[in-house]
Amino acid sequence: MRHLLSYPGRLFRFYYDGFRNMSAWGRRVWIIILIKLFVIFVILKVFFFRDFLKKEYDSDKQRSEYVLDQLTK
Amino acid sequence: MIEDVIPALVDWSRAQFALTAIYHWIFVPLTLGLSFIIALMETIYVRTGNEDWKKLTRFWMTLFGINFAIGVATGLILEFEFGTNWSNYSWFVGDIFGAPLAIEGILAFFLESTFIAVMFFGWNKVSKKFHLASTWLVAIGANLSALWILVANAWMQNPVGMVFNPDTARNEMINFRAVLFNPVAVDKFLHTISSGFLLASLFVLGISSWFLLKKREEWLAKRSILIAAIFGLLSSLLVAFTGDTSARTLAKVQPVKFAAFEALYDGKQDAGLVAFGILKNSEEKKNSKRFKEFLFRIEIPGFLSVMTDGSRDAFVPGINDLIYGNADSTVFPVTERMKRGKIARDLLNNYKTAKIHNEKETAEEIKKIFLEEKFVDEIFRYFGYAFLETPEDAIPNVSIAFYSFHLMVMLGFMFIVVCLIALYLVLRGTIAKNRWFLRIALISIPLAYIASESGWVLAEMGRQPWIIQDLMPVSAAVTRISTGSVMTTFILFALMFTALLIAEVSIMVKQIKTGPKH
Repeated sequence: MRHLLSYPGRLFRFYYDGFRNMSAWGRRVWIIILIKLFVIFVILKVFFFRDFLKKEYDSDKQRSEYVLDQLTK
Repeated sequence: MIEDVIPALVDWSRAQFALTAIYHWIFVPLTLGLSFIIALMETIYVRTGNEDWKKLTRFWMTLFGINFAIGVATGLILEFEFGTNWSNYSWFVGDIFGAPLAIEGILAFFLESTFIAVMFFGWNKVSKKFHLASTWLVAIGANLSALWILVANAWMQNPVGMVFNPDTARNEMINFRAVLFNPVAVDKFLHTISSGFLLASLFVLGISSWFLLKKREEWLAKRSILIAAIFGLLSSLLVAFTGDTSARTLAKVQPVKFAAFEALYDGKQDAGLVAFGILKNSEEKKNSKRFKEFLFRIEIPGFLSVMTDGSRDAFVPGINDLIYGNADSTVFPVTERMKRGKIARDLLNNYKTAKIHNEKETAEEIKKIFLEEKFVDEIFRYFGYAFLETPEDAIPNVSIAFYSFHLMVMLGFMFIVVCLIALYLVLRGTIAKNRWFLRIALISIPLAYIASESGWVLAEMGRQPWIIQDLMPVSAAVTRISTGSVMTTFILFALMFTALLIAEVSIMVKQIKTGPKH
């Protein structure tokens, strides 16, 4: 039981040590990953890539009607 | 409806998706293949206990890590684009994409957060065998992750296992097995991962050759070349085999693409395969579509017929047969398909009207028709043709299909020879002296990327005008947003991707120049 309880702590330590002792290239790459994720999720998703149907219509019924209309016009 | 869609909007939306997909594909094949090469190297280390193999494994793992990290999440942008730029399509696809992409997402998340962490942080912290198992699981997981994306893509090339629900305007999956074992999915998965294995082998071969050219890290380079040459040779043969099976499937499910990549306009028996050719514009022009003809070609007699049906007697329909029909074959003209597509669209329109006027019985009757097998097989499967204005709209860009196919195939055969020579020279122990070959091996790295991207250009451009084969053309799938906003994001992407690519290449080059340090 004690062994099981210590598992999350060991797991945390594993990742903590891993990031702390990371090589120079690893740090550089992580900086790029964080910048990239910020650009993708905060800038692109919020300002440029909002889901058109979700943004314009409140329910699935309205979305279906819109697409049906588009396909049969 | 389609008449009011600005062609520029469709073109810019397609260009944006193509840019994102091409950029995303720079990273994926190397991840698919290099993960297995690393797993093989680490297996040798664990079995022999030789520390040099550990050093070698860690060096290639570093390059794998850089590629993986820069490439991670670039595929997500494609999913954003589905919702923003291709909303009609996203809705119409329904849950077909949902299931495979959800599995891919979960798999990728667990893979990336657990086993990759063990791969990079776990040296000397977990047992050798557990570390090795993690490396293999990363390789298997990455390739399984690709499977689900390719299953989704294959459905677009050959939609199966679903019914269309007029009530929701969506397709609903009724047979997951049919979607998973779609013949296009099986071929596409095997061809794509084997081409990734080959690309990674050429990457290892090329960089190792660079070390030998610089007279550095000779032990590492020769062992890496040995592994890469064996793995690359086996992969290149698998690429050729799966390429052949893919072409056979294509001849059945996407015959226009098949005819286009051979620039075959008039169908025939004993049709030859063009080994090399140059196209020019022909005098023939129908509905603003300029036809092509050969300025020059070298042909392998009868081979295209054999590829299609295993016999030189097999009739291979050309573009003209497939578009205008041919009394001698079972092909019926696009005009007939357009007629059937319009019947399906009119029925859908009647359903919509019945719903608006609350005519429940009529709506129910129409809904039943959409579920009838005969209606689905004979009428609804041509739904997308209702959106075409002329039969020639069903012809893809023949030049792009032809050149991308032939470039991919020529390079594919060149890579078989490169792997064979590398294996021969490394086994003879003379590879370091043959500097001409080392230079060819180095040049093979960008050529492998060109071949890999060409394959996707053929797959996607060759199936135009369809976003979903025969069911939905790109013009019906696009979201009616301003062209200017799509142009803005295109430029934004081009800048972002270029910056990321420069970052990756510079970090990778620096690590290669540093060499193995551990």
